Amino acid sequence: MSITSYNGSALIAMVGKDCFAIASDRRLGVNFQTIACDFQRIFKIHDTLYIGLSGLATDVQTMHQRLQFRHKLYQLREERNMRPETFASLVSAILYEKRFGPYFCEPIIAGLNEDGTPFICTTDLIGAKQLSKDFVVSGTASESLYGACESMYKPDLGPDELFEVISQALLSSVDRDCISGWGGIVHVVTPGQVVTKTLKGRMD
Amino acid sequence: MGDSQYSFSLTTFSPSGKLVQIEYALMAVGAGQTSLGIKASNGVVIATEKKLPSILVDEASINKIQSLTPNIGVVYSGMGPDSRVLVRKSRKQAQTYQRLYQEPIPLSQLVRETAAVMQEFTQSGGVRPFGVSLLVAGFDDNGPQLYQVDPSGSYFSWKASAIGKNVSNAKTFLEKRYTDDMELEDAIHTAILTLKEGFEGQISGKNIEIGIIDDKRIFKVLTPAEVDDYLAEVE
Repeated sequence: MSITSYNGSALIAMVGKDCFAIASDRRLGVNFQTIACDFQRIFKIHDTLYIGLSGLATDVQTMHQRLQFRHKLYQLREERNMRPETFASLVSAILYEKRFGPYFCEPIIAGLNEDGTPFICTTDLIGAKQLSKDFVVSGTASESLYGACESMYKPDLGPDELFEVISQALLSSVDRDCISGWGGIVHVVTPGQVVTKTLKGRMD
Repeated sequence: MGDSQYSFSLTTFSPSGKLVQIEYALMAVGAGQTSLGIKASNGVVIATEKKLPSILVDEASINKIQSLTPNIGVVYSGMGPDSRVLVRKSRKQAQTYQRLYQEPIPLSQLVRETAAVMQEFTQSGGVRPFGVSLLVAGFDDNGPQLYQVDPSGSYFSWKASAIGKNVSNAKTFLEKRYTDDMELEDAIHTAILTLKEGFEGQISGKNIEIGIIDDKRIFKVLTPAEVDDYLAEVE
């Protein structure tokens, strides 16, 4: 079995009107056995910057720890939070450092710029950045996710509608992938607040 | 660094708690040609004397004021060769930051890293402190800024400052003339007047250097012709 499908994962980030949403499944598996259904794939870097990591679970956790370390040092030195583009460049640089022995994870980065406009991007496992203005997906269910997002996405959705769209896209895609699913979690971020909801899906 | 006989630091404490090598380095700075900087509301100006040892020296080939990034410039007082080493290191630090974050380094971060290099040379084996103080001028998202970095590695942000020979007269002059709402053109005139105060001989575009950065955020060194124009305005 491929190393990137050892644990199973599904992630989406979507852009709305002055907001973004980032969602993931909750399954942690070892090949076909499900080990946990509360695995955290989305991490908050600061109030308006989130990163979701798909792929090998150990690399998901290590990448998160390394990025949190770097961001905290940046905050202390520069006395400000990192902008989303800056953070994306940092993620890309850290992944490329391991070009010939990479982390087996594919991050999606979602944040709000200082002026409140949303920013999303994804990179491959060795740091090739891919900016997007509508949605980005990652994980073992990515092919289904692309299809679901493409058909369900509309630009300039408000936070509530965006939540509905991203949830439906996630749940319908993970149902077509045997190694992701077992619930979902969605964060919808606007300049003032973040609303986090868990999704009830098919627990199989 | 160095062979085992010099693996200890050459900069050691005196009984009174001073690092004598740093004091001596500051004296080397104090014997250097005067440099000064003034922060205006919409830019920064740095200037220095460019007294050459002989009239045979090709003055166009000498650049005391250099840029570290497109929006940060630096001038020194003290030992020229030491400043070249620091300029080289700072430029590399700025580019490393740019490569990592894909955005230009904030001035305060570059100054911090340069100062850290200077401090290393006061606490490493087989090396001596740098014999220069730097005045770093730049314009970034936090507006115009002017920093001074000393051989010890300490750094300060200034509204206006002078280093090198004649420092106390220059600073007194600057204290009298400086206003918080000064604009860049006024600051350039004030800088020239301050240099003139302690200048021996006839001041001209060939024996001073002026570097400016305005709100377009491009640091540039004025040509001798441009300097002469400002000198004429000051007369």
